[in-house]
Amino acid sequence: MDTTVANTSAENKRWGGGTEPLKASYGKMMMWFFLASDSLTFSGFLAAYGFSRFKFADSWPIADDVFTHVPFIHGNYPMIFVAFMTFILIMSSVTMVLAVDAGHHMNKAKVSLYMFLTVLGGFVFLSSQAWEWSTFIKGDYGAVGTHGGNILHFVDAGGNRVALKDFAIGEPSERTQHMNKNGLWFTSEKALTSFTYDEVVAGFKANPNILIRTTYTGEDGHKTILSRSESIKELDTKGKNVVEGANLIQNEYGAPLFANYFFFITGFHGFHVSIGVLLNIIIFFNVLGGTYERRGSYEMVEKVGLYWHFVDLVWVFVFTFFYLV
Amino acid sequence: MAADAHKLAIFRGTLKFKSNKQKIWGVLIFLSIVTAIEVILGIYKPEVLMGQVLGMKALNWIFIILTIVKAYYITWDFMHMRDELPSLRRMVVWTAVFLIAYLVFILLQEGGYIEHVFATGFVKTDF
Repeated sequence: MDTTVANTSAENKRWGGGTEPLKASYGKMMMWFFLASDSLTFSGFLAAYGFSRFKFADSWPIADDVFTHVPFIHGNYPMIFVAFMTFILIMSSVTMVLAVDAGHHMNKAKVSLYMFLTVLGGFVFLSSQAWEWSTFIKGDYGAVGTHGGNILHFVDAGGNRVALKDFAIGEPSERTQHMNKNGLWFTSEKALTSFTYDEVVAGFKANPNILIRTTYTGEDGHKTILSRSESIKELDTKGKNVVEGANLIQNEYGAPLFANYFFFITGFHGFHVSIGVLLNIIIFFNVLGGTYERRGSYEMVEKVGLYWHFVDLVWVFVFTFFYLV
Repeated sequence: MAADAHKLAIFRGTLKFKSNKQKIWGVLIFLSIVTAIEVILGIYKPEVLMGQVLGMKALNWIFIILTIVKAYYITWDFMHMRDELPSLRRMVVWTAVFLIAYLVFILLQEGGYIEHVFATGFVKTDF
């Protein structure tokens, strides 16, 4: 049996006919076609996001109000962290293309170095995204939901957000979360919020300088802030429950759909990144083991590189449509 | 593909690089500048760019155009689409661009229509 790896590459089979259509190897061309179809999947998600956004144009959350956190630093810094994530992904794209370039020169040491840096960049991006998700899920200030499903935020006279814990009046309560281990095994309830709705209302009534910011965007591009008397009326007539953090059912930042799209689109992208990191690791070890050296071609690095660049490409669009526009 | 087979000029030939590696760093610098512009505009949101142009804020159009510019350079230079045959390039790019443009047009048109119905059609959501 002929065991040389070189014979298993597409080079010698030449698509079976001795020539390569479009001067691209079978694997590379199929990677391009896969990426074209995958871009349609992503654009399906992003276009659906655009659909919902146009549909709820006046009540959609403003991204700058939502993604304002930077790890280890307190305060309000919209855009900074996500710009960092974008830069990490572009950087790892660069190390990937440098690996491809080193592969063309059959330079094994450099290919391994750049593949290693690419994998590292992938991990940094994934951990950043995990942090972003956990911050988003945990929530920040807390809010009140209305019967109609809208969200009411609390602000001070200067328009700055006020957290529920800063004004809600805690009352001693015997209420504990009902879990299925304590009673009928098939009934349980969701986690209780840190304040009951009545405590928040009592705190709101006792603090005359707290106002309500509605779900609706005004002419100036900011969410409308009500006067004190309107705020009291809004809370009395519409308020229903306390909302803390975000999940698939409710979302303290605004429309639940916003959280659903966030989890779905960035999650699907993060899944692609994870797969990319996995492929890069496999290729990295193949490079170390000398597989491509023996095969006489580093084209496999190039094919996986195409996928990795595509992940970067998608992020560029996610960045624009989720955080900028 | 031999290393010297790369096309080394960008910006329609106004900027030529000596080697493929140099071109990679050049494109990185360009992409970083574009991202920095986007972030700065996103943070400061200049009042001048808040006017409506073709149904959207001028600023949003700038973001979308800059994104497409970035996508072009990632595809053409990092993914080496510049070096592929025109027929392969058209097969991949035109198909995707046509289908995406079609989908986006249909969905945004419909979304805008439903928004109009909500706003004028006696549907109460705020209670």
